[in-house]
Amino acid sequence: MNGMGTGILKGLRVTLKHFVDTFVDDMKYAGNKYFNQDTFEERQGLSGKGIYTVQYPEEKIAVPERFRFVPFLVVNDYDDPVAPGDDWCTSCGICAKVCPPQCIWIVRGEDPETGRPVPQPEAFYIDIDICMNCGFCAEFCPFDAIKMDHDYELASYDRTGEHIYDKEKLSKEFSYWYSIAPSRVVEEAKDRGGWEHKDVIKEKKKAAKKGGAAYEPDFSVYPGEVRRESGGVALAEGTAAVAEAVEAPAEETVDEDRLERAQMLRQNALERKRARS
Amino acid sequence: MTDQVIPNLKDTDIDGAVEALKDMFPDAVSDDTREGYSGVMVDKSRLVEVARTLRDHFGFDYLSSATAVDYGQPVPDDPIDDPVIDGSMEMVYHAYRTSGGPAMCFKTKTDRDQAEVPSLIGVWRGADFQEREAFDLFGIRFPGHPNLKRILLWDGFQGHPMRKDWKEAYYEDEQKPFGSRWPGGHVHRAEEKNAYGKNVQYPADFDLGKLTDVSEERLYAGMGLGVNVEDLSDNTALKTDRLVVNLGPHHPSTHGVFRMIITLDGETIDELEPVMGYLHRNHEKIGERNTFLHNMPFTDRLDYISSMSNNLGYAMAVEGLLENGKRYSPPTYRAEVIRVLMAELTRITNHLWAIGFLLNDLGAFFTPALYAIAEREKILDFFEATAGSRLMCNYMRFGGVASDVPDRLTSVANLVNDQVRDFNTMDYLTELINESLPSAVDELDEYLTDSEIIRSRTIGVGHMSAQQAIDYSAAGPLLRASGVPYDVRRADPYSIYPELDFEVCTRPGGDIYDRYLIRLDEMRESIRILKQVLPRLERTRGENIFAGSKQHTPRIPIGESYGRVENPKGELGYYVVSAGDKKGTQNPWRYHVRAPSFINLTPLGLMSTGQKVADVVAVLGSIDIVLGETDR
Repeated sequence: MNGMGTGILKGLRVTLKHFVDTFVDDMKYAGNKYFNQDTFEERQGLSGKGIYTVQYPEEKIAVPERFRFVPFLVVNDYDDPVAPGDDWCTSCGICAKVCPPQCIWIVRGEDPETGRPVPQPEAFYIDIDICMNCGFCAEFCPFDAIKMDHDYELASYDRTGEHIYDKEKLSKEFSYWYSIAPSRVVEEAKDRGGWEHKDVIKEKKKAAKKGGAAYEPDFSVYPGEVRRESGGVALAEGTAAVAEAVEAPAEETVDEDRLERAQMLRQNALERKRARS
Repeated sequence: MTDQVIPNLKDTDIDGAVEALKDMFPDAVSDDTREGYSGVMVDKSRLVEVARTLRDHFGFDYLSSATAVDYGQPVPDDPIDDPVIDGSMEMVYHAYRTSGGPAMCFKTKTDRDQAEVPSLIGVWRGADFQEREAFDLFGIRFPGHPNLKRILLWDGFQGHPMRKDWKEAYYEDEQKPFGSRWPGGHVHRAEEKNAYGKNVQYPADFDLGKLTDVSEERLYAGMGLGVNVEDLSDNTALKTDRLVVNLGPHHPSTHGVFRMIITLDGETIDELEPVMGYLHRNHEKIGERNTFLHNMPFTDRLDYISSMSNNLGYAMAVEGLLENGKRYSPPTYRAEVIRVLMAELTRITNHLWAIGFLLNDLGAFFTPALYAIAEREKILDFFEATAGSRLMCNYMRFGGVASDVPDRLTSVANLVNDQVRDFNTMDYLTELINESLPSAVDELDEYLTDSEIIRSRTIGVGHMSAQQAIDYSAAGPLLRASGVPYDVRRADPYSIYPELDFEVCTRPGGDIYDRYLIRLDEMRESIRILKQVLPRLERTRGENIFAGSKQHTPRIPIGESYGRVENPKGELGYYVVSAGDKKGTQNPWRYHVRAPSFINLTPLGLMSTGQKVADVVAVLGSIDIVLGETDR
């Protein structure tokens, strides 16, 4: 360049263009630019012009399905007719092993009398200060029992107590997972062969075989959704209070066969233990 | 070696070079015969001689990596039964030819208690920081090194932490996974059960109360504390004060926490010494406690602007080890296509960031940076929908990638005020690569390239010649802006780069302006690559992204591997050693990162000497460092 400032002027033309673009863009939306779902995709897409900011927290960019933040534990829906609120976790410990910063702590469930491990965690902790949100636990869980959450607003006033999440705080019902990752839920259900937990599906398949039919779940629609839409249970937000109300009557309808079988297995184990000692 | 006429050995292939070297030094050079190892062992008494021969007669003019490995027992009472772990220290060097080709890897052993290896700084200046790092972390002394002192840790630090018998403050176990997590995982916070009471150990004779930092003596001298400043200045010349200025560590232009001790003569820089390590967390020690897979998300945190390429380099290093095993299937074609897609998008995000912040350093505060960042966001949106995170992608796996590119980039409202978006992925990528990014690069070009202010601030400033750049092991845009056409993607090709059509950009100037221009050039070449990747992505749709089965704790065959990629900031290398368990180990014995941001700082002093103090900031910006990688 000749040092006469033409290069600077050329550059300032770019800044001016951005400046003007922002106002033209504002006018295009006629005062309806922000806090508006209809314009959001265009504003925050490839063809967005002018100023690019999002007015957090009045508006937030919804995160994609694969987004990963501190994990949660999947439990049965609280309005599940068979086993409401049951853990999907079998406390196999794979997530704890594969966790790079080792922030997952699991106390494996044990039968108090036999000492045999039961497929349910007695306690489950995640230190969310240490969690690096890598997503390995969810990626390698063979039971789809631990998933990465989308709720990134976890700030609190106390780091020592509140940031170690226990099982109660970590557990979220399956419907929640369905609501934040609708397409992945279906993919995973297809891989498992049904909507339920792997072990439940196995039993259902066995039962169906006994009955001479094949177990063919309908993947086009999630049963929990149907249950809610048909007004079976009024459960809007999945709050604890509602969940409790549902849990009480549901307990009576717990599958009798399953209970019986579990009792039998336990008795057998107790006998074996006695025989050993 | 005698003064006989040396035949031209610069064109020999690597095996020929090894044979010729053994002929020349029959008693000092021998093959490394350990299982899974390659390269040659050099007797340390003749190391410098061998290195000089390699450089002058064999043409290995570029020292990529120099690092140490401790083959001592971590727990002497419970020794690991493996002949490789023989209680010695080892220095490992990887030298390359800038004309291309594989590495000449040579090693030298030294005693662990009296660890001492002659310095190679006289052969390759690039050995400077790397030898200081080996001294700092391993306690190996390098006679001949002019400035052998700690580089990442401070002088009051107890011990050399990369030694196998050194235990950190919150030490729990040699290797992860820790036994306390399952099945009896009763939670506690490490701070509460700290064996040492505080999270740092001091040497036995160390008195904190009387702490003085001798490294800062000159600095305080410059401030006139306890020293007669007049004595420091040269009274025979023009009467100017010599002044020591401390730039950083908390300075907005240092891109993090980084310090430069600058000796000024008037406004001109006489001497510059970088001080780093404020962000040091001993990434490599963590890496040795981790399993191989655990390290993947940790690599994200090195150069956090370009995590995808960090992942790729590490995946390639471990795949290099897996190749030695029986059951290994290399990544599928689609996986390689996706890897290149991600790596090149990363290069663009990095260079946008680098240019934006270089302009910040020049005084064009934040307008150029924000224009650049707005474009970068569009790429990060794609990363987020594919990998689950914008910066900490954790996307590559050994043998493929974590998940396929989704059909739609779609979000789901979950929190209050969430606004959703939904794009078709292929349409999004096509528009991004064919329209958005090229126009963004053109706009930056128009905006900045001809600006007289930028030209006068950058042309001829921070100069480094091609010869110096090679000697100082500069890498990436820094090297190519000095006119050296060296790019790992072409020099030592990996993935699907051989079938892609692109140029290795160079600029002849070797100054800040050319380092800015080369980043524009490289973004344009990346877009050219991406345009070729798109049809391949379309064609392979639905194919497998992962070869073999995904394992959560893969057993890695024993041996060593050096995997390197052309990261946006330069050559990123991982030196990984798997040793111990004959059946294949879960945890790396050694995990070393050849960090381009760290080694590119070696010539900072060279480039800054003779410049004005305001230019230092611009020189540093033109190197484009990330402290997460520099300090590790």
